[in-house]
Amino acid sequence: MKVSVNDLHKAFENRTRLGIMSALAVNDTLDFNSLKELLDVTDGNLASHIKTLEKENFIGVKKTFIDNKPNTKYHITQEGKTAFEEHLNILEAIIKSQK
Amino acid sequence: MNTKQDYDQDLAEIRSMMERSSKFLSLSGLSGVLAGLYALTGAYIAYYMYDFDPASANSSGVETEIILLALLVLVLAVGSAILLSYKKAHKKGEKVWNSASKRLLSIVGIPLSAGAVFSLILFYSGSIGLIPSITLIFYGIALYSAGRLTFIELSVLGLLQIALGLNAAYFTEHSLLLWALGFGVAHIIYGIYIHIRHER
Repeated sequence: MKVSVNDLHKAFENRTRLGIMSALAVNDTLDFNSLKELLDVTDGNLASHIKTLEKENFIGVKKTFIDNKPNTKYHITQEGKTAFEEHLNILEAIIKSQK
Repeated sequence: MNTKQDYDQDLAEIRSMMERSSKFLSLSGLSGVLAGLYALTGAYIAYYMYDFDPASANSSGVETEIILLALLVLVLAVGSAILLSYKKAHKKGEKVWNSASKRLLSIVGIPLSAGAVFSLILFYSGSIGLIPSITLIFYGIALYSAGRLTFIELSVLGLLQIALGLNAAYFTEHSLLLWALGFGVAHIIYGIYIHIRHER
């Protein structure tokens, strides 16, 4: 397969968004605070990256309440899973071709 | 334009994030060694000081002392594990109470609770001879499942506990010895192995 960097999805160019996708790929759901701790970013920063991924339909949101406090849980969508796996394949192919 | 190093770095971070977010790797090897030492001491006290033998304990009259001793061993072992995990996580700049550790607790919680209730039922119905076996088997099942969420070596330790537990059910006259082998010696070997393999 001939690959080029142009095949890489723009949504994954950012390390934080890549981190969100990696964490959600191996966890059924994660809440906002867990993601924040894992990625070590600010609330605003994380929220904006989550919004970008939501717009691409790569991740989904489920809002619930625990003790009357809102708890937002995120999960990866099928579309997101496919795109993420594709991204990993291209990354590997690029690295191999440059060896 | 990104360079190859950038892509290598991307892949490395993806791998690390997947592991960090799904596995609890702050479980300390030293806490395994300590748990083993507590268990050996407990078994020693039970056998030599209280003359306790599960195979013929129905009439020995030291059940209360043995139960308290067992609880003390349990509290010390769990306490050391929590404290040392906390220290290890802190050193790595991580939190102990995260999504991975919550999942780990929920997975070991079910078999351990079932085993604890089962042991209590055996205790009150006078079948004390089977308790070492039951604790080994249920603990082994818990560890076997937990291995996927932390060091995979824990699954091997789980299988070993199950095997020892089954033996203890058949050879009830040696059940205390087999219990000491599983909760004592196996823990110590596991702890040393984890320490050498993952903590240096």
